[in-house]
Amino acid sequence: MSQAAGGADGGRAISSRAAAAPRRQVARIPRTRGIRRQTVVGWLFVLPALVMYGLFVLQPLALTLQYSLYRWDGVGPATWVGLANYASVLSEPKLVETLFNAFRLVFFFSLIPAALGLVTAAVIYRVATGRLGTLSRTVLFLPQVIPLVAAGIIWGRLLSLSGLVNQGLTGVGLGDVTRAWLGDFDTALPAVGIIGIWVLLGFCTVLLLTAMTKIDGALFESARIDGAGWFEEFRAITVPSVRHELGVCVTVTVIAALAAFDIVYVSTGGGPGNATSVPGIQIYILAFLERQVGLASALAVVLMLLVLLVILPIQRITREDAR
Amino acid sequence: MRIARTELYAGRALLLALMAITTLPFLSIFTTALYPSGAAPVGISWPADPQWGNFVDAFRVANMGALLFSSLFIVIAVVPVSLVLSTMAGFAIGLLRIPGARWLLLLFVFGLTLPFEGIITPLYFLARQMGILNTRFAIVLPLIGLYMPFAVFWMRAHFVNLPADVSEAARVDGASTWDLFWRIHVPLARAPIASLGILMSVWAWNQFLLALVLVEDPTQRTMAGALGAFQGHYATDIPLLCAGTVLILLPTLIVFVVFQRQVISALLQGSVKG
Repeated sequence: MSQAAGGADGGRAISSRAAAAPRRQVARIPRTRGIRRQTVVGWLFVLPALVMYGLFVLQPLALTLQYSLYRWDGVGPATWVGLANYASVLSEPKLVETLFNAFRLVFFFSLIPAALGLVTAAVIYRVATGRLGTLSRTVLFLPQVIPLVAAGIIWGRLLSLSGLVNQGLTGVGLGDVTRAWLGDFDTALPAVGIIGIWVLLGFCTVLLLTAMTKIDGALFESARIDGAGWFEEFRAITVPSVRHELGVCVTVTVIAALAAFDIVYVSTGGGPGNATSVPGIQIYILAFLERQVGLASALAVVLMLLVLLVILPIQRITREDAR
Repeated sequence: MRIARTELYAGRALLLALMAITTLPFLSIFTTALYPSGAAPVGISWPADPQWGNFVDAFRVANMGALLFSSLFIVIAVVPVSLVLSTMAGFAIGLLRIPGARWLLLLFVFGLTLPFEGIITPLYFLARQMGILNTRFAIVLPLIGLYMPFAVFWMRAHFVNLPADVSEAARVDGASTWDLFWRIHVPLARAPIASLGILMSVWAWNQFLLALVLVEDPTQRTMAGALGAFQGHYATDIPLLCAGTVLILLPTLIVFVVFQRQVISALLQGSVKG
């Protein structure tokens, strides 16, 4: 899992606010002597982290912006082209397609795991409180800890002509729909999406389940007395109670979808044709295989902006709900 | 809670089905790994003559000893350094509240959602310029930088919620800021530091993009990076590829099964706090 951002924890925020008042009073006493010295020492504590961050994140970030304004093959002299690379990213069909593919992946990587995870967590919470619940938690979480590359290789096998998926389909009499799922123009993207579901479902389920175990049981009891059914209970109590964690699920998985690389690189390499080409893959191909560093950088900037544009509204919604 | 019998059975059936879907892929890879080299087995089926030697071959061909060493080297070079740097920064921002702490925090938070693809191209040229391209340091140094936003954010979340009494008592006793940090606050922060360590170890072990771009030799890469290279070389010999994949998965799976509580809670907290 990438270190994707989630929302601020509501409970944490409240407790910190409560603790802030006494702290401020106490802190005033020693601050009167040697404020300057303390400031310098404090900054020295931050400096090493800041240097590494600046050197290997902020500096390359600035360079990406700079590269994106030039035409450069990575070796020879670079030519200033202004915003021409951005114009290409937003107009060349091949590149526009990668942006669309990223959003198609959001459906598989994010919406399905979040929705299915919600249902699965609710089921575990209700019918499997004992050993089955613990076991299913562990098993479902398994794909989350293995390298995504391994997930890609495993599913590359499963979805191949002689793979388990086709074996199963033939077994239930659907022999004529079998195909090389990752090699077919129509099915390659959904097939990659299924790998994403497999990886991310456990994460969403376990996160939401943890949130559900914190719900006050009395809520359910009173709902029962009022004659609420399974679905009403789910809709009126369970979902609102885990809204914040649901937001976290969506945030993490949306980033995983937009910035997908490992799974796609290993299972399809972006093919067939452009069918599963996503920004991450295209950046890699442009920069390191086709030597179009400027264009790759412009696409990288667009990708980073897209992630921010999609994440910020989700963050805002879940933060407000959490308070 | 009273639960209808049908609901109970339907729910359990759903869980069993999901668990089967999760585990069958692993099983399929495992049985395929036992077929004679070069065979093209179908789905899940037990071979007539299981070739346990495939694992030995894969171990040798993939140079597993060197891979394990390389991955461990990278984890050991990245994680402790990142822990020290981020704990110090989190301490200064969250507890000392140095002037400009808010801005520093914003600066670090800004890097939280950054996809690695966004900066991989300049990282390549920077590594080349620094002369570390194709060495493990080309993975180690950028990873430390890339983990800073999350790690600082995580440690600050711990320090910002501490009551001030502990530090103030020590201050009155004349402890220096370093003593305060090292003697009092680091021992108190053991739990969040341990979780962060688990998280960053898993991430470093599984890091693929940096390894792919910055290091050509698979034996200088992370486990995930090496697996990618292995796939490139042996894509046609399916049983051998599967045997190699199983071997490369094994350390992760063992660690997960042994430390599953810690790993799950670290990964979940990681996403919620981030």
